[in-house]
Amino acid sequence: MKPKALVPLVYILFLMTPIYWLVAMSFKTTNEILAGFSLFPQTFTLDAYRTIFTDPTWYWGYINSILYVTLNTVISVAVALPAAYAFSRYRFLGDKQLFFWLLTNRMAPAAVFALPFFQLYSAVGLFDTHIAVALAHTLFNVPLAVWILEGFMRGVPRELDETAFVDGYSFPRFFTTVFIPTIKAGVGVAAFFCFMFSWVELLLAKTLTAVEAKPIAATMTRTASSSGYELGLLAAAGTLTIIPGAIVIWFVRNYIAKGFAMGRV
Amino acid sequence: MNKTWNQKAWWLVTPVVILVAFNALVPMMTVVNYSVQETFGNNQFFWQGLDWFEDVLRSSRFHDALGRQVLFTVTILLIEVPLGVAIALCMPRSGIWVPVCLVLMALPMLIPWNVVGSMWNIMALPEIGLLGYVLNDVLGIAFDYTQDPVDAWITIVVMDVWHWTSLVVLLAYAGLVSIPDAYYQAAAIDGASRWAVFRHIQLPKMKNVLTIAILLRFIDSFNIYTEPFTLTGGGPGNSTTLLSIDLVKIALGQFDLGPAGAMSLIYFAITLLVSWLFYTLMTRNDAP
Repeated sequence: MKPKALVPLVYILFLMTPIYWLVAMSFKTTNEILAGFSLFPQTFTLDAYRTIFTDPTWYWGYINSILYVTLNTVISVAVALPAAYAFSRYRFLGDKQLFFWLLTNRMAPAAVFALPFFQLYSAVGLFDTHIAVALAHTLFNVPLAVWILEGFMRGVPRELDETAFVDGYSFPRFFTTVFIPTIKAGVGVAAFFCFMFSWVELLLAKTLTAVEAKPIAATMTRTASSSGYELGLLAAAGTLTIIPGAIVIWFVRNYIAKGFAMGRV
Repeated sequence: MNKTWNQKAWWLVTPVVILVAFNALVPMMTVVNYSVQETFGNNQFFWQGLDWFEDVLRSSRFHDALGRQVLFTVTILLIEVPLGVAIALCMPRSGIWVPVCLVLMALPMLIPWNVVGSMWNIMALPEIGLLGYVLNDVLGIAFDYTQDPVDAWITIVVMDVWHWTSLVVLLAYAGLVSIPDAYYQAAAIDGASRWAVFRHIQLPKMKNVLTIAILLRFIDSFNIYTEPFTLTGGGPGNSTTLLSIDLVKIALGQFDLGPAGAMSLIYFAITLLVSWLFYTLMTRNDAP
């Protein structure tokens, strides 16, 4: 093996160490964690996982998160598809300004929006619902989805559209039966990013929910503050939050590098 | 690509405009509203003009938070961008292990931000955490991020490097694999040095994706809240109180809506201005 190949390996080792530590901690008792340093669990226990899978406040946290993340992904990709097509194929009045305005929402600090979002969604009666969090997350996911999809669509030659229209396809039929299948890799990548950014965000999700739609991440922070430090439980809950992301990323593994480049390579 | 003028394209973007406008314009107007008024509770507001903006721009608290924010963003950009490019250059161009490596590298980015914070919080604790234990008890370096501001800074910077360097790696790698083999063969015939290959073949090909990487890393590190808040809570003292942490303290902690509104707008304006510079740079050579 060439020494150059060692660099990615060392890097991956560095990335995996904290994850190992988290997983190892989830199998320890809280007493063992607080007692001192141990590299492997001394008394291997599944108690933390048992608590999470039997206590509704815990497992509903996961269900809530998955519900609003899925809703957000569907909404974001569905509205971004036609918009990205418009940006990639046509020039229209204010197109560049509109595109930049969309991107500015990706740049807005979430902290700026926390309080106004709380008031807005309370005023329209959506506070503490899954749809509120899903809609709030479209603020930064829709611009991102438009950006990624536009990058992928740009790579599709215009001849495809023109041939289809000559063949007598209507626009909706062409778009759904010809065009979307052509860029399905791009759709997968866009959906992956929407899933990812909605899954990892906490500030807005926490601000917009109380009980009914409380995300798992918020359940974790509240447990940490209310009942002292249940570190084993916290570690197990953290470990379980890695799994959905790992599953989703496996589906887009072949497009992942290009996906992160937003289709622009 | 040649694009045709077609005003009907507006119909295709309408759903996006409505959705984003609902989410962006209404809250933004709320913030603007707060920023020019004073309230003494009871939902009574008084016109305050631009006083809050002056106060924020003159307050040393804001200057300090902004200074820490700029220091943080510049530090992580200076570490993550060169490191990410270097790792991407060392990756094999193809092979069965490449997808596995890429998936493993992307994993830290898929962990919820508060979990990232708690993870490093516990790992860096002296005595019981892996990092704290190795530094204090094995290497004999006194390290306690809960007491020492420098240690706290090192911890949040290492955490961010751990969390986000992969973004730069993946982007740079995508740029690198798009270079045809013929370029390298031509360079080998010309007897080009390793540096010349990097400077004249690899770097130009990575320019677009690296601009995206720097733009995204700038935006996200400048707006960072959850990770450092979970890790240090802004402490010890105020030493790691970055802009977002300070803003949330003022808005939701002290409920000083006027100053918080003004600070939000100034904060957003700074992010926007810098991002706009990057964006213009990025789209200078190609139409959006």
